[in-house]
Amino acid sequence: MALDQQQVRDIADLARLQLDDNQITEYQKNLSNILDLVDQLSAVDTSAVEPLAHPLDAVQRLRADEVSESNQREHFQQCAPQTENGYYLVPRVVE
Amino acid sequence: MEWEVVIGLEIHAQLATKSKIFSGAATAYGAEANTQACAVDLGLPGVLPVFNEEALRMAVKFGLAIDAEIGHRSVFDRKNYFYPDLPKGYQTTQLHHPIVGKGHIEIELEDGSTRIINVTRAHLEEDAGKSVHEGFNGMTGIDLNRAGTPLIEIVSEPEMRNAKEAAAYFRKMHSIVTYLGICDGDLSQGSMRCDCNVSLRPKGQQEFGTRTEIKNVNSFRNVERAIEAEIERQMDILEDGGKIVQETRLYDADKNETRAMRSKEVANDYRYFPCPDLLPVIIDDEYVNNVRATLPELPTSKRERFVNDHGLSPVDAAVLASDRDLAHYFETAAKLVNDYKLAANWVQGDVSAALNRLEVSINELPVSAQQLGRILSLIKDNTLNNGGAKEVFTAMADGKGDDSLECIDTLVDSMGLKQVSDSGAIEAIVDQVLTDNPKLVEGYLATPEDKRAKAIGPFIGLTRKAAKGVNPQVVMDVLKKKLSELG
Repeated sequence: MALDQQQVRDIADLARLQLDDNQITEYQKNLSNILDLVDQLSAVDTSAVEPLAHPLDAVQRLRADEVSESNQREHFQQCAPQTENGYYLVPRVVE
Repeated sequence: MEWEVVIGLEIHAQLATKSKIFSGAATAYGAEANTQACAVDLGLPGVLPVFNEEALRMAVKFGLAIDAEIGHRSVFDRKNYFYPDLPKGYQTTQLHHPIVGKGHIEIELEDGSTRIINVTRAHLEEDAGKSVHEGFNGMTGIDLNRAGTPLIEIVSEPEMRNAKEAAAYFRKMHSIVTYLGICDGDLSQGSMRCDCNVSLRPKGQQEFGTRTEIKNVNSFRNVERAIEAEIERQMDILEDGGKIVQETRLYDADKNETRAMRSKEVANDYRYFPCPDLLPVIIDDEYVNNVRATLPELPTSKRERFVNDHGLSPVDAAVLASDRDLAHYFETAAKLVNDYKLAANWVQGDVSAALNRLEVSINELPVSAQQLGRILSLIKDNTLNNGGAKEVFTAMADGKGDDSLECIDTLVDSMGLKQVSDSGAIEAIVDQVLTDNPKLVEGYLATPEDKRAKAIGPFIGLTRKAAKGVNPQVVMDVLKKKLSELG
């Protein structure tokens, strides 16, 4: 399955990636190759195969409902570009 | 043209767990910004989510309460989008294998009639953080305390046909989740939020019209008003031959109108995929049955019991059963006095009035259910008349009293409310009233026989004023007797 250039631009946009025209062409080719590979996989009849969630058939473990985390705000905010009054600051988002 | 309205609701209810759905951070409301956001909630690299067993139990409980199929194998998926209050870049939710499948609830309408509304599904997911746009010098402040709070999203079938039904559905869901104790139901803190999908189609047409979604409506009243405003807007467009644009809208309660929220050039593409950090959640019948054993009596059964076993009207029963704490209060008092109708009248009358006047919840009312039961018992055994009972109740609601039952007797005595039923004592009071008011007596005697029933009123008033708590029936009998003796 071949992607067109607009589809590549849309995917880049969703992923917040800025690509120039050369890169668009390159990704168009690479992504289309990956999709071709997926098409090959899809050709295999798997109707009798149970989807595999984990190689060892493990299931989700549960955690008791207890508060085990303490406030580490100062620690976490050391790596934030900008904070104020305990808030993380980001460029203004207007809905 | 005649239009048919089609409404479906998506309700998000925050589950009342102590910790988050995938981390051990606290979920308590109102904490200082980001003090309850741990490495998992912040989406820092290298962390792994671990599923909270209580969130699972609560979701199963909800499913059983709405007679739904429970997903014995449910799967978490990632819904990918970028927004600053979602630091991981995806929301963990359930797409294809939700924990709760098809179910239904019964809604009660204002006229006392009921309707079944089907629920498509309910799934577990995590809440996002909060963005604050004011007060940061043109920047946006992000508080991630709410990020990772467990939510159950309840999706209805598009089966509601007017705004009132939608509000009744939201109310009933609120009643169910609070009965179950899985959500605190505090709408003002956003514990329950509702997205309303609204569309119109020509009456008789099978296929649905284009719908809009009103996001995050957070009160019963606003659900009704927002939907009504949106119906009107859509009808105007359609009547003018226009087309509805499928979009997300917001309700502005001040202007009572909905407006478009955001139009995306590219259609939403959330690129869902199964979350590789979380394995399928497997539960067996034994687990489900254990949860089933913990279900309380739910509002619908309670309402039916009030009607069938205790003779309440469907409307009264629905009002009393809708709120778990109110229903408990009512039933405690009703059992003590052994008169459900009397207790129902009181709870919906004086008790509700006191709650509104004092602006307190039923659990904060200074008059306990046991105390109300005692007051009502005093009416039943003729110690108090209705007026006297109201006076004691009001005095206690205003804080004159304590937690004991004895304080009721003390108040009845000190306020002189004990009903006098002894006709000898009442005769003496009546004699005094007649002696003190010769002109009234003259007027009464001059009144024609057929108008005397009305003319007796002032005497009753005077007698009751002279001795609070006289039994009105006995007063009436004594007065009639005495006055007829006079002529």
